Amino acid sequence: MYPEELKYTDDHEWVRVENGKAYVGVTHYAQEQLGDVVFVELPDIGEEFEMGDSFGVVESVKTVSDLFMPLSGKVVEINEDLEDSPEAVNEDPYGEGWIIAIELSDESQLDQLMDSEAYQKTLE
Amino acid sequence: MKDRDLIFEKSRPGKKGYSLPELDVPQKQDLLPENLQRKNPAPLPEVAEGEVLRHYINLSQLNHSVDNGFYPLGSCTMKYNPKINEDVSRLPGFAELHPYQSEEMTQGALKLMAELEKYLCEIGGMDRVTLQPAAGAHGELAGLMLIRAYHRHRGQDHRKKIIIPDSGHGTNPASVTMCGYETVEIPSDDKGCIDLEALKEVLDDKVAGIMLTNPNTLGFYEENISEVCRLVHESGGLLYYDGANANAIMGYSRPGDMGFDILHFNLHKTFGTPHGGGGPGSGPVGVKDKLVPFLPNPMIEEEDGKYFLDYDRPQSIGRVRSFFGNFGVLVKAFTYIRMLGAEGLKQVSEDAVLNANYIMEKLAKSYHLKYHRNCMHEFVLSGKKQKDEHGVTTTDIVKNLLDHGIHPPTVYFPLIVEEAMMIEPTETESKETLDEFVAVMEKIAKMAEEDPEKLKEAPYTTPVRRLDEAGAARNPILKWEPKG
Amino acid sequence: MNHQFLPNNEESRQEMLKSLGLNSIEELFGCCIPENVRFKGKLNLPKPLSELEARRLLTQIANVNQPASELVSFLGGGVADHYIPASVNHIISRSEFYTAYTPYQAEVSQGTLQNIFEFQTLICMLTGMDVANASMYDGASALAEAVLMASSVSRQNKIVISQTVNPQYRETVQTYARATGLEIVEIPHKDGQTDLEAMEEAIDDKTAAIAFQSPNFFGIIEDPFPISKLKEKGKKTLLISVVDPLSLGVIVPPGDYDADIVLGEGQPMGNPVSFGGPHLGFFAAREKLIRKMPGRLIGQTEDVDGKRGFVMTLQTREQHIRRHRATSNICTNQALNALAAASYLNLMGKKGIQEVAHQCLQKANYLKEKIDALPGYSIPFNGPIFKEFAVKANRPFQEVQKVLVDKGFLPGIHLEPYYEGMDDWFLVCVTEKRTREEMDRFAAGLEGV
Repeated sequence: MYPEELKYTDDHEWVRVENGKAYVGVTHYAQEQLGDVVFVELPDIGEEFEMGDSFGVVESVKTVSDLFMPLSGKVVEINEDLEDSPEAVNEDPYGEGWIIAIELSDESQLDQLMDSEAYQKTLE
Repeated sequence: MKDRDLIFEKSRPGKKGYSLPELDVPQKQDLLPENLQRKNPAPLPEVAEGEVLRHYINLSQLNHSVDNGFYPLGSCTMKYNPKINEDVSRLPGFAELHPYQSEEMTQGALKLMAELEKYLCEIGGMDRVTLQPAAGAHGELAGLMLIRAYHRHRGQDHRKKIIIPDSGHGTNPASVTMCGYETVEIPSDDKGCIDLEALKEVLDDKVAGIMLTNPNTLGFYEENISEVCRLVHESGGLLYYDGANANAIMGYSRPGDMGFDILHFNLHKTFGTPHGGGGPGSGPVGVKDKLVPFLPNPMIEEEDGKYFLDYDRPQSIGRVRSFFGNFGVLVKAFTYIRMLGAEGLKQVSEDAVLNANYIMEKLAKSYHLKYHRNCMHEFVLSGKKQKDEHGVTTTDIVKNLLDHGIHPPTVYFPLIVEEAMMIEPTETESKETLDEFVAVMEKIAKMAEEDPEKLKEAPYTTPVRRLDEAGAARNPILKWEPKG
Repeated sequence: MNHQFLPNNEESRQEMLKSLGLNSIEELFGCCIPENVRFKGKLNLPKPLSELEARRLLTQIANVNQPASELVSFLGGGVADHYIPASVNHIISRSEFYTAYTPYQAEVSQGTLQNIFEFQTLICMLTGMDVANASMYDGASALAEAVLMASSVSRQNKIVISQTVNPQYRETVQTYARATGLEIVEIPHKDGQTDLEAMEEAIDDKTAAIAFQSPNFFGIIEDPFPISKLKEKGKKTLLISVVDPLSLGVIVPPGDYDADIVLGEGQPMGNPVSFGGPHLGFFAAREKLIRKMPGRLIGQTEDVDGKRGFVMTLQTREQHIRRHRATSNICTNQALNALAAASYLNLMGKKGIQEVAHQCLQKANYLKEKIDALPGYSIPFNGPIFKEFAVKANRPFQEVQKVLVDKGFLPGIHLEPYYEGMDDWFLVCVTEKRTREEMDRFAAGLEGV
């Protein structure tokens, strides 16, 4: 449910650092709380945000939730497939359901994120 | 053999559902330059008159309505809509009156509106009322614009905060944003009323006003309302009364007397005009004297028994729509008030409150009630017990009501009650109907214990069953298109 | 008291009070409403009337009015006297429609939902646009909402709007704009049409939208193509087009000239003039803008058994979910008026909409030529017209009006209150209901002033 190799935030997002980029998505818990995801509003490539800024929105039938930057940085990739199949966020939150990739402006911020165990504690 | 085809699927070339006289002027070519002409005709359906009629009558029979069953939709006041109102609003002297006709020709209409304004002032304890806003949300927006204009006029446009309790309706914050304001939410206390301490904390010289319903969305009369008004006024803010729940207090309490500066009424809730399947409504806005100069243009005035439209009001916020309001709806509300009078309206509120308390006490035996004390015209029941004990949600419970020919309450609102069911029986339901409703609700509570799985599949007998809303939102189909 | 609207008798009331352990209704209110805010007096309202008395009173008030239908009316200005087929009133009088509320419970609201879905489709067919909503309050507030939407889409806040747009619509836009801080730039007219050069000059990178109307308030069909081209002058500028729905029977639809948002007053489609309301605004847009649209949208889906059904959809745009970040605060639409409009369009059908538009076009032009030939009157503007046109008399309109009303005509709308220096000007509207004989008599009446 909460892969060991990922980092987590209080806002129920996960981060995976890969080839100098950080991929971001929402956790299993978040997708369960949202219910059927019907739309993900993505930022533009090249937009820059500070840690904690809202960078997009995820919508289910009857709720709307902001997506928050887990780390400061520039958006370098967005998951355009979500436009046609937003359900990937429910079905495969850590894989096909990734949302954006960012180029970090301050790698030391990674230390502020939780590991899988700490995150699961917050869910209890 | 009730077909459910779309009208477009019934279309066949050459059929028609209308007739017009032959053109009696000499036909001219070249009236329209080539590039302004429509190239392909709009592909509207081709159907005969009788087929159109049957189409709509069949559609009408797929609806639940006040006229065919109990409709306890909280905060919406789904009361009986008197038929006389339908008749009189269609009188040619009203329906065929053009809004650009002169004041001389429209004295009756202007008088009716001026009188209705007086009645609404009296019922709300206000000084003047504009009838222009088309709906409650439209009234809210106009009311907030008045607040803005008032502060601006006094050099206080830095006041940008509007306070809204966490039980407030979603339109409140949405209207706030449209008016260039920001929402500050405050929590309710353990009795479901405004938390005075929380209120004091947010009151400062940035506050433009507060928006409240009273009774609030939980159905409780705000017991500290005078203190709330005093505190907000002391900080320089204004008080806005959302009239969604005014059906509870007619003749018993007036927002103007409580200390409110502005209010809107929903004529389609409190004053018996039909909801129309979602409009037309009407949302007149009343104010105290200090806000009168800012009311939308025009206002209706009288001099020596002659009514006229006054546009010469330099401080007005302007107009919020065309013309004078949803006039046809105003005619209905006027008639309603005239048929009930002061004693009738008071009886309306009495019966509405009594009906709500009666079923609340009965249902408290089988359902959870977060706040258990006397309510006004509505109350918020919770499906928490059924959810915790049997995994049956509020959705499951209310979908079962559909199989009993009862419209569900407002659900999952207000947000501060888990698994909420907001129930407003209104005064136009008899004790017999209420007893039947209670019996059905008890039966459902029992089924939740005995056969929860069956509940989760309901409804079974409606024209369609549970619909795939996620699919509709993921892949929106918002119009019919021909195959291929 | 017992009243015909109140089904509980004294006995039921007493029983209910008893079950609550109360002796009187006063006890119930007494424990809820604090003493200091209790209204002690009796509301000062006229005494209650029986149904017969109410009917008498309302008939009497209605009779004080002199409705347009008793005269030969040439009044328009966005609200016009078109023929309403008899069936329309029978359809909207079904109380299963008019005593229902917003279709929150789709399973028992398929009548309302399917109708709105069909209405959305009909508006798309008429305008040539991709999507339409369930309707707005009226044309004026629809334009105000369109302007807000354009600002939200483009994230710019300057709106360039032609002064040939209905003055009441512009006033409404100004009211909304003052609240939200939008900058409104009005473009003057030249010979009754938008001054294109002035408009071009006003458009820059900050321009959220260009708004124009065709046929415009003077009745002139403005060429939409050069206006549409002006979008290129801005960066993310949208084109908002205000149209008369019936004109689209013969006039090029906005979908053909790359409009982004299309709206208008829907009253001409099956709704009585009713002293200005209730009417409806229709509202359509290009598909890529749907998530920024205000108002209700109905979508097609299936139920658990695979049966076609309709639901409110994309609700996350709306106030009850998005609260302070909703696209608009609008909750409902004008469902019953939209039902009238949909049934009107279905009855008229593909042929009827063309025929009614054709008749308006022919008859209005007939009268226009006739008046142009009269001594003392002129047609001041040159552009092609649809069903309305401006007339200039050689004397103040009040004088013309007085004489004509006495002869049984409503000659038109005085333009001076809306456009300075037009004291002698008025706007004449001719629908398919006017006959040649009425128009000839009207022209003779004008001549006799």
